[in-house]
Amino acid sequence: MEPAIYLDNNATTRVDPEVVAAMLPFFTEHFGNASSMHGFGTAAGAGLARARTQIQALLGAAHDHEVVFTSGGSESDTAAILSALAAYPERREIVTSAVEHPAVLSLCQYLAKQEGYRLHVIPVDERGRLDLEAYREALSERVAVVSIMWANNETGTLFPVEQLAEMAHALDIPFHTDAVQVVGKLPLKLADSAIDMLSLSGHKLHGPKGIGALYIKRGTRFRPLIRGGHQERGRRAGTENVPGIVGLGRAAELALAGLTDENTRVRALRDRLEQGLLARIDHCFVTGDVDNRLPNTANLAFEFIEGEAILLLLNREGVAASSGSACTSGSLEPSHVMRAMGIPYTAAHGATRFSLSRETTEAEIDRVVAVLPGIVERLRSLSPYWNAAEGTTKTFEPAYA
Amino acid sequence: MWNYSEKVKDHFFNPRNAGVLEQPDGVGEVGSIACGDALKLMIKVSPADSRILDARFQTFGCGSAIASSSALTEMIIGKTIDEALTVTNQDIAGYLGGLPPEKMHCSVMGAEALRAAIANYRGEALEAEDDEDGALVCKCFGITEGLLTRAIRTNALTTVETVTAYTKAGGSCATCRDKIEMVLGDVNADMVSEGLLDSARAFRYRGRGLAEAAPVTTPAPARPTAPARPAQVRPSHAAAAKPAAARPAGGALTLVRKIALIQEALEAVRPTFQRDGGDVELVDVDGDTVSVQLFGTCVDCSMSSFTLHMVQEKLSEALGRPVRVVPADDSLAA
Repeated sequence: MEPAIYLDNNATTRVDPEVVAAMLPFFTEHFGNASSMHGFGTAAGAGLARARTQIQALLGAAHDHEVVFTSGGSESDTAAILSALAAYPERREIVTSAVEHPAVLSLCQYLAKQEGYRLHVIPVDERGRLDLEAYREALSERVAVVSIMWANNETGTLFPVEQLAEMAHALDIPFHTDAVQVVGKLPLKLADSAIDMLSLSGHKLHGPKGIGALYIKRGTRFRPLIRGGHQERGRRAGTENVPGIVGLGRAAELALAGLTDENTRVRALRDRLEQGLLARIDHCFVTGDVDNRLPNTANLAFEFIEGEAILLLLNREGVAASSGSACTSGSLEPSHVMRAMGIPYTAAHGATRFSLSRETTEAEIDRVVAVLPGIVERLRSLSPYWNAAEGTTKTFEPAYA
Repeated sequence: MWNYSEKVKDHFFNPRNAGVLEQPDGVGEVGSIACGDALKLMIKVSPADSRILDARFQTFGCGSAIASSSALTEMIIGKTIDEALTVTNQDIAGYLGGLPPEKMHCSVMGAEALRAAIANYRGEALEAEDDEDGALVCKCFGITEGLLTRAIRTNALTTVETVTAYTKAGGSCATCRDKIEMVLGDVNADMVSEGLLDSARAFRYRGRGLAEAAPVTTPAPARPTAPARPAQVRPSHAAAAKPAAARPAGGALTLVRKIALIQEALEAVRPTFQRDGGDVELVDVDGDTVSVQLFGTCVDCSMSSFTLHMVQEKLSEALGRPVRVVPADDSLAA
């Protein structure tokens, strides 16, 4: 088998060896508690301070103290949303989108069901673009928080969050965005935006798992999720995960340096993959907002076959990808993102995501383009919906389901 | 990644008897593209001795769907029609060295396709077949009462969660949950009276607020517990009328019996937890307060209060009286 080809970077990334190197001394040498007064504590504290400025630089934030370290994207999302609800207890409505990550969507649904909040779930169109009119109508002085993702993890589609934040601000509504897929992939300048809170995650940008951050714009009312010690200026208690934070800082620095590569070479590789597959495989199409999306993400729907079967055969060829198919998640329906876009079932079950990174090579892409057509053909030859002789679909209506 | 057996992988990567059978004697088609899996089974039958000479399949679906189809063809070729009809979904799953619980519906699909193909071979009208299969229960996945009944019986299912894992019914909008509970209650009651199921394990359908009429103080397994059905007066009006009368005398339970019932009910829900990488354990029983310890992913699960609520429902159901379920730490602090 060829060396493994990892194209699932929206799920997680390989920790950059330079990140690991930066972290290691903080396990065994600078292992102190940053709150301690002795030299061990000072070294750890210096690591934290440096990491904070590295994140600030990647985000284009005005102040380093706007960065609060957390355990990852889900904690950041939860802290941001619950903080806004606590800060505006008289407001009983929440605005989010239909294609959010479960970290946001499940929490909002829980709050609606258990706490009685009114939830506005803004729909998307067939290309995954947010319904701006519905968004405008949902905004009111009754809304405690808007939480809308910057880029969709499945399709890479970008939402105009800077504009959405300004619309929310006009009504004095705090705006949070889950940006775990954007940070490290696109240049950001939060200092110039109306975004109040932003979540990021270390392991999506070649940093370690279990570390992330919440950007909280200066002046934003914030109520901590975790109370206790005075860490993070009282905004997130708990002894800091110093090695993780140092790793996240170094990862942010490397990502900032790699932004040009991400938006030129990686983007070109992604396009090469898509064009190669579209040219060789019939009845397949790219999902999402093709002209406005992350440079590293390609989501192709292969009609009349099922995603898990594609992934199993790809895996045998050493290619790692992911799918929005029902079967891969253990749920019984295709992904909520595919359904929100109204992708027909004939295609949604076969939606396959390839997410590249700065480590992806042209040879890897060419290998995928070489093996995938055979895999699709093989599965279609097994499928009762596919008529191989005519290369078209045929009527297959089971008598009883 | 699913933990598929080597046999499943082998049948997925090297499917046997895939493709179209020219001029088949019987064709069975089940599933739909909306469901995410569909199977067309074609059989050739010897007119002399009703033996299945050849079988082919076409399947749209995941790895285990394709593997189940492939296994099915291998299992039935050479069998007579009557022999083939005895093949259950359990047999298919067993042939494959087991399937993950969430994938059991693939084996059910295989068994259903076989039934359909044989019915087609025998010239039984499909419409009649449809009628026999009873009302449509799950509209999302097109699951009929007949299919549910067969899956419940063959696999001795006693919870709605396992019914969903085996048949997909209720796996989408979940609005049919009540109907699934009714079918499950009916079929389990029948199985108990036929001696196929321990009455303590049987699912009892109950409308909101309408507690079990039969006392649960001494559920000797030998005693046929027919009353599972009488409680099924459609509850909407009856329940509201006399909630007080519905409450059984809970004091009759000895502590030992009570703990035994609780343990039993917890055992029944544990697979659900374990599937998500968690677990639940009984810590203490104090009057009507049951403290449990959640483990693994259950601990941090943002839905843990849902989880406890679910456990509470199950325990209240098992004991025939409302109990409060609290996480162990909370109860210690109190």
